[in-house]
Amino acid sequence: MENQNRTLAIEVEDLTVAYREKPVLWDVDLHVPAGILQAIIGPNGAGKTTLIKAILGLIKPSAGRVLIYGKPYNQQRHLVAYVPQRGSVDWDFPTNVLDVVLMGRYGRLGWFRRPGKEDYQKAEEALVKVGMADFMRRQISQLSGGQQQRVFLARALVQEALVYFMDEPFQGVDATTEKAIISLLKELRAAGKTVLVVHHDLQTVAEYFDWALLLNVRRIASGAVSEVFTDQNLRLAYGGKVGFLTYHGHQKATASSERL
Amino acid sequence: MWEFLQNLFLDYTLRTVTLGSAVLGIVSGALGSFAVLRKQSLLGDAISHAALPGIALAFLITGSKTSLILITGAAIAGWLATLFVISITRTTRIKTDSALGLILSVFFGSGLVLLTFIQRQPYATKAGLEKFLFGQAAALLQSDLITMSVLSTIIIFLVFVFWKEFKIFSFDPDFTASLGFSVHVLDILITSLLVIAIVIGLQTVGVVLMSAMVVAPAAAARQWSDRLGVMVILSSLFGAMAGVGGAIISSLTPRLPTGPTIVLGISAIVFFSILLAPNRGLVWRWVAEQKNRHQLQLEAVLSDLYILARQHQDLEHGHPIEVLRTMSIGHGGVDRTLKELKSMGWVDRKSDGNWILTPRGWEQARQMAERGAITE
Repeated sequence: MENQNRTLAIEVEDLTVAYREKPVLWDVDLHVPAGILQAIIGPNGAGKTTLIKAILGLIKPSAGRVLIYGKPYNQQRHLVAYVPQRGSVDWDFPTNVLDVVLMGRYGRLGWFRRPGKEDYQKAEEALVKVGMADFMRRQISQLSGGQQQRVFLARALVQEALVYFMDEPFQGVDATTEKAIISLLKELRAAGKTVLVVHHDLQTVAEYFDWALLLNVRRIASGAVSEVFTDQNLRLAYGGKVGFLTYHGHQKATASSERL
Repeated sequence: MWEFLQNLFLDYTLRTVTLGSAVLGIVSGALGSFAVLRKQSLLGDAISHAALPGIALAFLITGSKTSLILITGAAIAGWLATLFVISITRTTRIKTDSALGLILSVFFGSGLVLLTFIQRQPYATKAGLEKFLFGQAAALLQSDLITMSVLSTIIIFLVFVFWKEFKIFSFDPDFTASLGFSVHVLDILITSLLVIAIVIGLQTVGVVLMSAMVVAPAAAARQWSDRLGVMVILSSLFGAMAGVGGAIISSLTPRLPTGPTIVLGISAIVFFSILLAPNRGLVWRWVAEQKNRHQLQLEAVLSDLYILARQHQDLEHGHPIEVLRTMSIGHGGVDRTLKELKSMGWVDRKSDGNWILTPRGWEQARQMAERGAITE
């Protein structure tokens, strides 16, 4: 564990992604030490989701490299778990909650092997953890947005990874789910895991996360939240549009970093 | 009836036709489920139309009408069409639906040209290719049946082997890729199986209507089940039912084309499924809605009485029905609702004809008020 704290969980260098001729991510560097909660923040179209997808190899970058615990991502895939945006799938798919969570085990199982007793057990434990144990046999089309999100989190938990990538888990969820996600994040951090979260709400960044990456196609700033959340950085990322947010975000950031 | 059953086993044509149509229904139903869930229903249409020039070219090159050769030609053309659609959407700004329409018409058009060309040639064996347009089950031979069955067995076996991979890939391809599965391999595999499933049915159903056999059984099956496994099996079953039914009817009736008959059969199944399936069916939903509305009506009248009783601070004070009618404007059916509430023992009618809440009704209404269901 101690060793992990000194090493970098995620190392991204010179990552550049372009759709046709338009750059979506430009020369992004990101170094994330193990055991922290890191937010990825930026305005719409800043390339937050693209960054995660490029790190995970779902989008082919034009340039750059990604290391997970010091080795190329391809060799370290088993250390990584992924929570996509819940809007990215069709929730009318004919399957139930337990089945979706079991999919998190498929990576370990590999080709052809079917999930066994242990996998079912892990899936059920994960559902208990996110407060969805009563919904195990529920058809997924009957879930609320927050419940869908918790199912996706459970699916990532059974991957038993060291590094978690979450794309907008707080987007449009109810208070119960928000609390569940926060306590889960803390639990993951306590267990020495590293979590990268695409986040939208500037107000809560300081409260939920240790580190933040401010992104707008280029990397604006990255580091401890209180260092990153300066008026100047926020203006660089969002333009002049966030006067109000800047002030309050900054106050909050300073306040909570003092509390820590 | 007995004679018919006897024919089914003894009559060569009827037996071949029945088995052939069953096989085509099973395979297109199974693969169609994945196509529909992956929102690729239209791809089936493009593949089947695009198969026509493949069939014609296969005949022109080999001069043979063996089903394996024609099917191979059809499959290659179907595959090329899919490849074109994918590369058009990747490299240009043309969207998938336009690309599908483009490829479909170009391939189908050249197929028709080739067919006309073949018919003008002085071949002795030229007749028969036009049956691929609308299908002709009666023309199935034992050898065709064997080809179809072997291919189908392979397809079903592969679906079984790759079940877990196909399921996760259809549900969440990005997540599948993040787990390290090659989504390219899965995409190629599942599309190839779809191409083969389609070309197997072309001789019976025809290129024009084959896409119905991909989409319709799956759409019907989805109505009845919330489990992927059940859906795929049901879809195969529906496909087989329509195939067998349509093929038999058309082979017993002179001049009735097979393809359209089978498609009418599967359309009937879709129609009934959309109407009658539990949970998702229209009738089921209508009944549920009525039940719901009925419940709301009961609660509305009960809460009106509750509000009145609280205003009067007196449970024994009766209220004339006219008051309740005025309060429930928009609900309607107050008389019927009161009668039903009375039979439940929640309200009572006093000797002067006015209505009051019983203690049980009061308790019920109080609970509703606590839930926030009553706003005063």
